[in-house]
Amino acid sequence: MILANLAALQVVIPLLAAPIGIALRPATLAWAWATLVAIAAFACSVGLFLQVQTGGPISYAIGGWEPPWGIEYKVDALSTFMLVLISGIGASVLLYARRSVEAEIDPPRIYLFYVAYLLCLSGLLGMVITGDAFNVFVFLEISSLSSYAMIAMGKSRRALAAAYHYLILGTVGATFYVIGVGMVYMLTGTLNMDDLARLMPQAAGYRTLEVALAFFTVGLALKLALFPMHKWLPDAYTYAPSVVTAFLASTSTKVGLYVMIRVFFTVFGAPYMTEGIPVADVLVVLALAAMFSGSAVAIWQGDLKRSLAYSSVAQIGYMVLGVALISVAGMTAGLLHLFNHALMKAALFLALGAVFLRIGSVHIQDMQGIARQMPITMACFVVGGLSLIGVPLTAGFISKWYLMLAAFQDGRWWLAVLIVLSSLLAVVYVWRVVEAAYLRPRPQGAPVATEAPLSLLLPMIGMAAANIWFGIDTSFSMTAAEAAARAALGAALGTGGVQ
Amino acid sequence: MRYNPILRACAKFLIAPIMLFALYVQFHGDYGPGGGFQAGVIFAVAFILYSLIYGVHNARKVAPMWLLRLLMAAGVLLYGGVGVATMLLGGVFLDYDLLAHDPQHGQHYGILLVEAGVGLTVASVMMVLFFTFAGRKE
Repeated sequence: MILANLAALQVVIPLLAAPIGIALRPATLAWAWATLVAIAAFACSVGLFLQVQTGGPISYAIGGWEPPWGIEYKVDALSTFMLVLISGIGASVLLYARRSVEAEIDPPRIYLFYVAYLLCLSGLLGMVITGDAFNVFVFLEISSLSSYAMIAMGKSRRALAAAYHYLILGTVGATFYVIGVGMVYMLTGTLNMDDLARLMPQAAGYRTLEVALAFFTVGLALKLALFPMHKWLPDAYTYAPSVVTAFLASTSTKVGLYVMIRVFFTVFGAPYMTEGIPVADVLVVLALAAMFSGSAVAIWQGDLKRSLAYSSVAQIGYMVLGVALISVAGMTAGLLHLFNHALMKAALFLALGAVFLRIGSVHIQDMQGIARQMPITMACFVVGGLSLIGVPLTAGFISKWYLMLAAFQDGRWWLAVLIVLSSLLAVVYVWRVVEAAYLRPRPQGAPVATEAPLSLLLPMIGMAAANIWFGIDTSFSMTAAEAAARAALGAALGTGGVQ
Repeated sequence: MRYNPILRACAKFLIAPIMLFALYVQFHGDYGPGGGFQAGVIFAVAFILYSLIYGVHNARKVAPMWLLRLLMAAGVLLYGGVGVATMLLGGVFLDYDLLAHDPQHGQHYGILLVEAGVGLTVASVMMVLFFTFAGRKE
């Protein structure tokens, strides 16, 4: 019974656990409940991963209404890859969260924070698992609304402004998405993604379809913070509580990219993407601009959360670049970078959260000489930073390597050169931190920091270790990403384009 | 408005029919236009009208924040609980057929319970929104 309903349980467990959490007021109890639920969600996603690996894609008809009419949950290699990533990060961040949340969030609101967290988790999981274009919008709103609430809980009053800014732009993005859905529905009369893909050739000649694609692209680019639609991201990441930043940075924008892949390759199909309006070429240009502008701005930020937020803008550029190459190699590289970047940013933001817990600031000035007082935390930060640069033996190297290979394979060697050049910028903004934390003395009168508590250290070390593990043993991430890329492109390219 | 006798009398006349109409829309949802969402909004309107005429404080005595918060959660749980129940009965999520011996009755019970959950949540969310903004002191 559980195994047959695993696809529904994946979303239903966190979704129903959230209202139950309203009744669990004590902070520790609320935390324990949320953590338990997140671990259960992780177990579900691992179960689904194994089921799909052995038995192929799963289709689950909600309410017993058969697919093109009812809402279908569609679980294939691409969605299980994302589910494992999101629920894994969701659970690890929660394991870390208790002390950090107690320090950063208003005590009477802590239980509501965990409720919002679970809602956000279920929204993100739902966006990934559903095979219905409109249902994606519903889950997008669930995850977005709860993330606005979580960001607004930040300590500084500017968190409210940041959340409001994100709310406006996020709503514009979601509205554009739903306008796109409406236009596609007008042409085909269906909302099921597979059914849309089947009916798409009949609609191919219409201008409406091109407009729909434009709305989808802009709306989703806003949600995934693609340059130049990234302005909400730095403020939101900077002023949100540390735990929220770590969680959203490693999941939310990734799910935006996932939906973009679904819309481009499952619904519209790769041929339309290459023959229709030149969306892919536009995306390549925007991705390159993101890579350079994001990294360049990151160098000049004093607040390290803000610096890493701009670095996220740059890293999203790499992922979009991989996807915009429209080849299995490029898509594999993009998805691999999506996975690895989630690990990097989780390690980095968790380390910053620990620093914030101890000294109440993550400004580079206040972190001088901190490595002597918090050696393990800063070691985790450095591992995450090396992975961000793409140093060999870290996860970041693998994905950038495959991204360059994909660029070469496509005959666009200049892209590979630009990837290396923009990575050099990452060296600068990571080195600044290393220099301040390791080579400068701790200033006179600076607060004395002690190493972070064990409950924070363990998830942080786990994330840092994952960065090294997936840099050496790529058997899981690489095969999963490749299977996912084939699942996304295979249907679209038919058998001809994929070897 | 507290000292306007016409408004006070009219409000008293209207509030009960508004609530009744909300229940009509709620339970008529299976057969015609209506359902939990509309009914919830209409039901909340009765409370909002009461607080406009008789003051937010009095309305809050009947519907305190903690109760509304619980009702919001209870509505979602009722909706999801129906889905969980159908899974426990051996079907898929929200497969109402299994709720009774006859699938047609099952569909009827299922939609009734789910709509009740929607109505509960929508009504309490509407009231919470109104009270939150109306209760601001600035």
